[in-house]
Amino acid sequence: MSIDFGAGGKDLELVGLRKEFPGFVAVENLDLKVPAGQFFALLGPSGCGKTTTLRMIAGLENPTSGKILIGGKDVIDLKPHERPVNTVFQNYALFPHMSVIENVAFGLRQRKVDDPMVKAQAALDMVELGHMAERRPAQLSGGQQQRVALARALVNRPALLLLDEPLGALDLKLRRQMQIELKYIQMEVGLTFLHVTHDQEEAMDMADIVAVMNKGQIEQMGAPEKLYDRPKTAFVAKFLGQSNIFVGEVSETNSEAVSINFKGNKITAPVARSEKTTGKIAIGVRPEKTQFHATKPEATSTNNVLGPGEITDIRFTGVSNQYLIDIPEIGEIIVFAQNVGKSPVVELGAQVWVSWQVEHSFGLADLPTGKEDA
Amino acid sequence: MKFSLGKYLLPTYVFLTFLFLGIPIAYTFVFSFNDSIKSNIIWRGFTFDNWLNVCNQQDVCDAFANSLIIAVSATLIATVLGTMIAIALVRYKFKFRSATNLLLFLPLATPEVVMGAGLAAQFLDFGWPKGMLTVIIAHTMFTLSFVVVTVKARVATLDPALEEAGRDLYANPAQVFMKITFPLLLPGILAAAMLAFALSFDDFIITQFNSGSIDTFPKFVYTAAARGIPPEANVIGSMVFIVAIAIVVTVQVRSSIKQRKLAKK
Repeated sequence: MSIDFGAGGKDLELVGLRKEFPGFVAVENLDLKVPAGQFFALLGPSGCGKTTTLRMIAGLENPTSGKILIGGKDVIDLKPHERPVNTVFQNYALFPHMSVIENVAFGLRQRKVDDPMVKAQAALDMVELGHMAERRPAQLSGGQQQRVALARALVNRPALLLLDEPLGALDLKLRRQMQIELKYIQMEVGLTFLHVTHDQEEAMDMADIVAVMNKGQIEQMGAPEKLYDRPKTAFVAKFLGQSNIFVGEVSETNSEAVSINFKGNKITAPVARSEKTTGKIAIGVRPEKTQFHATKPEATSTNNVLGPGEITDIRFTGVSNQYLIDIPEIGEIIVFAQNVGKSPVVELGAQVWVSWQVEHSFGLADLPTGKEDA
Repeated sequence: MKFSLGKYLLPTYVFLTFLFLGIPIAYTFVFSFNDSIKSNIIWRGFTFDNWLNVCNQQDVCDAFANSLIIAVSATLIATVLGTMIAIALVRYKFKFRSATNLLLFLPLATPEVVMGAGLAAQFLDFGWPKGMLTVIIAHTMFTLSFVVVTVKARVATLDPALEEAGRDLYANPAQVFMKITFPLLLPGILAAAMLAFALSFDDFIITQFNSGSIDTFPKFVYTAAARGIPPEANVIGSMVFIVAIAIVVTVQVRSSIKQRKLAKK
């Protein structure tokens, strides 16, 4: 048996991948392409099928139907130990009866690679744990165990490295630090990383491409900036950062812009940034793209104005303030304003108008169901 | 001054309890050094003869050897079978799994007399002559449940992700079992084997029903008790006790040394 290990990473392609469990469908006809050498994040809430997808790629779960291609070769009939794939497990799954270096050398010894101990030591040095080689996993901290798990997988130079919420068990500060290290290591080794997470900040921070997954399907896929700037569905708009979303019938439309009638107010979005231009549609805007004003700003064709409303909540988050503005008949709008010193001084209960540039609006393909925040 | 109940009563109670438990063992041990003539009931003076020439009383040694052969065989078979059953019960879903679980508990709940008599009737039915083989089969049967229960507890605490990590790191199913599953289950398997051995070695009732003319150590002691147990039996009893205590102490000391080593690092 020989496993095909690429010098660098290989590309991964999922074609119509589907997994049914008794009583429910975990993954529905998933199509996905991860280019070689990329850091790809599969982002979604718990129960969306992302871990099941990962387990199918590793071979630990059998798909109901579909294809898994690694470097163009279908691996569906290969057993887990025959696939050129390694996994960093959620709770690390380090072998408790072996020392740290024995853990790292395990895969190399299985494949009868020359000098397994030398290579394992080098991998441990890379994650800065070379001096802990003789310890048992139980004697290491969570962050150290995480790095051993990473070294144990990376040392095999797999065509594809799978990471199953590998930072989930770490505290915030350590998690941020590991994110940076992980990204750095990925760039250094040039392997293809498929990272599964429910932490949107983590996904946006590290990944070259993010795929947002919901209910067994991919909602949207692309570079993090693109996804954030132009979410196509209400789920993506709410799961990836925050959004103000307005639903109404289309009232006016031309080649440039589409407007809806939102409870008597006109809200406009560029046609180029809208998925739908007829019927009942949802238009959204990110909270940091909105401003509030003490006097009513003049409504023009390039901005949207709502108000007046009352400030009902102010949250200080350090670099910015989050304001909650309650406009009668319309509802609540979130506004982020940076603390740059010159921001208008407002107090709780103040009366304000909210405005934003039309070019910052985005039109969604679906309507919010109210369950996106879950 | 108030009379403190805990201060005197509890230590006295504990002391008496251990004395009560210890006297028969101490008696057996002391009388293994008795320079007895016919029966080993009256103290006639100290001697090492019994310890130095245990097998002078040939039938004691034969019975002991039989017991060892039976206990080792039954332990081996029951431990291997029981470990496989335990893994299957925890890890795999199959038809009649809960029925198997229930059936395995039956021997634990059945009175030994019933089981011994039932097995004897069965062997008679098959036309198998009673002897070493039938005893080994009977012992395997009743120790199996204890092995399954003990190993099952260990399997339940084994994280399936460890075996998955092994498969992910290029180990085929057989290698995963040998390098990961088995070493991690070993403490449970050893405990189960020791339990099975102890149960088999000193079993009397089931053996009595199924052994025919073969003598085992408990059977020998029982028969001999009527006319006075030879001191050689005391020697063997004491030896078994010492070996058992030695094993327990070694295990305890080893694990405490290991713990201290880990704490130091």
